[in-house]
Amino acid sequence: MTGRVLKPARLTAADVLRVGAVGLRARRTRVVLSALGIAIGIATMVAVVGLSMSSRADLMSRLDRLGTNLLTAEAGKDALGQEVKLPKNAVAMVERIGPVQQATATAQVDVRIRRSDVVPEEQPAGVTTQAARADLLTALNATVAKGRWLDGAGERLPVTVLGAVAAERLGITEPGEKIMMNSRYVVVVGILSPVELVPQLDRTALVGFPAAEQYLGFDGHPTTVFERSPDASVDDVRAVLARTVMPGNEGSVKVSRPSDALAAKAAADKGLTGLMLGLGAVALLVGGVGVANTMVISVLERRQEIGLRRAIGATRGAIRLQFVTESLLLSALGGTAGAALGAAATFAFATAQGWAVVVPLWSLGGGLGATLAIGVLAGLYPAIRASRLEPTVALHAA
Amino acid sequence: MTVIELRAATKSYPGGVHALRGVDLRVGQGELVAIVGPSGSGKSTLLNLIGTLDRPTSGTVRVAGHDVGALSDSRLAALRARHIGFVFQHFHLSPGRDAVDNVADGLLYAGVPLKERRSRARVALERVRLGHRLSHRPSELSGGEKQRVAIARALVGEPDLLLADEPTGALDTASGEVVMQLVHELHARGTTICVITHDHEIAASLPRRIRFRDGAVVSDSRSGEAAS
Repeated sequence: MTGRVLKPARLTAADVLRVGAVGLRARRTRVVLSALGIAIGIATMVAVVGLSMSSRADLMSRLDRLGTNLLTAEAGKDALGQEVKLPKNAVAMVERIGPVQQATATAQVDVRIRRSDVVPEEQPAGVTTQAARADLLTALNATVAKGRWLDGAGERLPVTVLGAVAAERLGITEPGEKIMMNSRYVVVVGILSPVELVPQLDRTALVGFPAAEQYLGFDGHPTTVFERSPDASVDDVRAVLARTVMPGNEGSVKVSRPSDALAAKAAADKGLTGLMLGLGAVALLVGGVGVANTMVISVLERRQEIGLRRAIGATRGAIRLQFVTESLLLSALGGTAGAALGAAATFAFATAQGWAVVVPLWSLGGGLGATLAIGVLAGLYPAIRASRLEPTVALHAA
Repeated sequence: MTVIELRAATKSYPGGVHALRGVDLRVGQGELVAIVGPSGSGKSTLLNLIGTLDRPTSGTVRVAGHDVGALSDSRLAALRARHIGFVFQHFHLSPGRDAVDNVADGLLYAGVPLKERRSRARVALERVRLGHRLSHRPSELSGGEKQRVAIARALVGEPDLLLADEPTGALDTASGEVVMQLVHELHARGTTICVITHDHEIAASLPRRIRFRDGAVVSDSRSGEAAS
């Protein structure tokens, strides 16, 4: 007879996987449904991370392109609540600050804008008028979508360039049409693309400084001064900007950095991303409960199979391993499908938005890792129950 | 050589049920034994003990030379994997897999690599005369063929002991006869076989009959010989 020492054989990794897969292959519908829960959770998380990373990458490249070195100094109200006016030479004074490379300005002009004289005067079009210096466009990295800018003679003529929203509100699609400023027709010579750094300009009709003074009764005082300086000196310039623009009354000048608003938007998106990730985690958890439930039922249904395996020599450990593997395979199935789905959703949405597609590897890895952890956790209890079944169950009638 | 040896083996269950009340039994190598008795006689409990699926409450059970009561659960599993083959009344085949894979499972827990498991499974299926049904699934086999697959699975590891629990219980007469013919053939080639049955006709066809009633042996057709 054979040797006296009995040592149970270990299954090879391939056998462990094969045995784990047998149970899944026999119950395909149930496998698909319970893997679906996991897939939804993982897909949500991967897509949320991917989309938020793609949108942030897009924002970063936009900030890169637009520059974060633009500062604005805006006229506010003084201590008595009176609107203050910036001095006419504010731009020249800002240009005198050492590191400043470029300075320009816009000014609020009190003008009523209408599409034509048929529109009653009391009905505002929701478009304001601003005087703009000819170098505004380059300072803001803004571009003209149609027509041309107020350069050369345009600065002195009774013509206007509309912001993107203003053009839409007035129903102007092509340069060459006319709008009414106060009681005078003015030709639209250009329409701007959306100005990303200073979106409030999108809702304005821009007129050259000299033209505004000559035709619209503008007093020549700028309302907002824009300047750019090298990145390293932005803080230094910021410290002296208000004082330079409005010596002796710097408290009434509001200095800001337009790129901060874009960055703040990214931070706000982060909060939303956190929320969506939380939702994904809940879906994943529910998916895990689904897997655990499937496994518990599977163990109940397969008492005979378990008994048979014990009779042909499976140890308790082998039975435990079988069911944990089965649960692991089940959730890995869902996790892989979910990760692929999430990446595909990111690709589709980011491409539709014109963003660069960013699906971070850590989100895929993290998703799969979470899946495997859930698979083990969900499978552990059913597996332990299965391993505690008495081997004699195989002998009891079917 | 003794394959099964029970000495004053008892088995009691909680609630005062005494399923076995002191059984002494010896089965030598190469024997073909029928264990007969009405239901409730304790023969299933005896099968659990000699199949090492359960341990005695008192007394000793030795199978293939190992004291069952002294072995841990995992060593018992190893004992079953290498020394015992089971045949059940309801076959217990895995429905989605073909005959070869079902039979190969008989070697899964004995540490035999997959290729060898499959090649030995084919040989075992030839032995039960199912060489023409290798890639058939259980649903494509008749009852008698299913039981022959189950017998091949029990045989594939060349166990010291083949335990058959009502092997013809779920079969029609003709299929049952084929299965019993196979049992006799295996016996003729030297396999030690224990058939548990309540069918007296089947029992009568086997060389040694141990009758059970109320948890004890009432007669053993060759007890004198076996004890010597």
